[in-house]
Amino acid sequence: MKGKRFRKRLKRFKNVRKYELQDKAFQYLGIFCTFFGIVVLGALLIDVLMAGLKRLDWDFLTSLPSRKASEAGIYTAWIGTLWIMILTAIIALPMGIGAGLYLEEYGKKNKLANFIEINIANLAGVPSIIYGLLGLELFARAMHLGDSILTGALTLALLILPIIIVSTREALKAVPYSIREASYGIGATKWQTIWHQVLPASMSGIITGAILAISRAIGETAPLVLIGSLSYISFAPTSPLDPFSVLPIQIFNWISRPQPEFAENAAAAIIILLGITFLMNGIAVYFRYKAQKKIKW
Amino acid sequence: MNLKEKIIEKLLLFCSLVTILTTLGIILVLLVQTFKFFSEVSLISFLTDTEWTPLFQNKRYGILPLLSGTILTTLIAVVVAVPLGLIIAIYLSQYAHDSLRSIVKPGLEVLAAVPTVVYGFFALEFVTPLLQSVLGPGLSGFNALSPGIVMGVMILPLVSSLSEDALYSVPKNLREGAYALGSTRFQTAWKVIVPAAFSGISVSVILAISRAIGETMIVAIAAGQQPRLTFDPTVPIETMTTYIVQVSMGDIQHDSIEYRTIFAVGITLFAMTFVLNNLSFWLKKRYQEEYK
Repeated sequence: MKGKRFRKRLKRFKNVRKYELQDKAFQYLGIFCTFFGIVVLGALLIDVLMAGLKRLDWDFLTSLPSRKASEAGIYTAWIGTLWIMILTAIIALPMGIGAGLYLEEYGKKNKLANFIEINIANLAGVPSIIYGLLGLELFARAMHLGDSILTGALTLALLILPIIIVSTREALKAVPYSIREASYGIGATKWQTIWHQVLPASMSGIITGAILAISRAIGETAPLVLIGSLSYISFAPTSPLDPFSVLPIQIFNWISRPQPEFAENAAAAIIILLGITFLMNGIAVYFRYKAQKKIKW
Repeated sequence: MNLKEKIIEKLLLFCSLVTILTTLGIILVLLVQTFKFFSEVSLISFLTDTEWTPLFQNKRYGILPLLSGTILTTLIAVVVAVPLGLIIAIYLSQYAHDSLRSIVKPGLEVLAAVPTVVYGFFALEFVTPLLQSVLGPGLSGFNALSPGIVMGVMILPLVSSLSEDALYSVPKNLREGAYALGSTRFQTAWKVIVPAAFSGISVSVILAISRAIGETMIVAIAAGQQPRLTFDPTVPIETMTTYIVQVSMGDIQHDSIEYRTIFAVGITLFAMTFVLNNLSFWLKKRYQEEYK
């Protein structure tokens, strides 16, 4: 009798050992998987740097595209990216922040706002290439804007609108209701309250979202390929109605060519594009940090 | 309420209505061109023909080869991203110190910020040669495997971050109850937390699938442009998104049947992602109510 009980206890003890081992094993698996992602990112960066760094010099930044890989540069591409960045921001930011304000401050509980909210969630999941089809038919053809910078900027503005709206709403939500009530209490109107109290208090959060959205826009390739953004243009655009190229398109064009020298060019241009992307994300992280630090309601 | 206030409200309302106009615009543009497409091609042959050759002499309009290409690359991406993402989410929420989490999470989010054209370059110039040296020359220079894996890495942060949020939103007392009964962290995670957060995890998986289906540049660069009804990951294929890119890069006449094919393919793509997005939205609403 006694022996049986002992054996039973021993078995239970063995099970405990087993479960502890299982627990530990999963911990190491977790560490392994977590660092897998980081390692891939590292491999990507090293691969691009090794392939492109030797090609990167002042001439590369200031030369026009060329059929000879060694003479080609990204001058028209980064000018185009700059145009797209500014124009997209001018179109999308007021509209996105305005929509965020309406949904959060005005139409919070009505049916229309609810419908708009579902619609925005849907739009955020529409593949970017579908926006390209919309831009092609609506802006390039129906509105006769052709393959201009304006077509590209309008298309990308619609693409990033949901991102800006969602992040604006998050930022507005973080402002406590008591601030609004205090403002109403001293006789301010709704808009005065928003303009003088709510917007300044949520500015860091809104800026974070805006920068991330713009960074997304300048990395987009597919919608711009669709609207017919040229990859070989021999001059830099000077007005919003000029045809253009951007960095991702230039990179895609170079990758598509069979000669290995063009792959080198692509890698060099990727370094520039990644540099801009990471810089913008860094600035966004800084503003997010500031938003969390500054306001202690 | 004075006039200025009213005007401002209407102006802001208009801004949010732009999003509805966008949706309407997308649906309208796709429908009009698709309608014209189906006046020349029958819906039956579009859905059942096994060849897609609109750009050749002998024109066939079967979406199946493009669909199989999309499904194949998506499947590979999901096989990479879902187990990895889920394990990372569980590890970060159950095991890792807060200090480690605060480093790793932004680190993973950098993966989501990398432009997709860069991933395409990485798939073609790094992952494919690497796989070829492991698997031998049977792997073609353009294939579904390499862009599939890279796409998996791209959607990894989506899965891990959304799943972690779901795991986090499980009430603390469930977790503490499991610990009090003597469960290990592993048992608590798999028998209590993961089942409780199941709908939230499904949302992350569905959104990841939707992202992979619509992803364009990685497959356009590294998977090839040969529509082929196959599930062999080692040969060149073509996805729906790649076909749209391929056509818009060539010199196709507007208002030709070739031009309209991209809208027919586009509406198929849109319908698939639309169903998945709505499913995830519905699940999300439901599980948010569960723990209120």
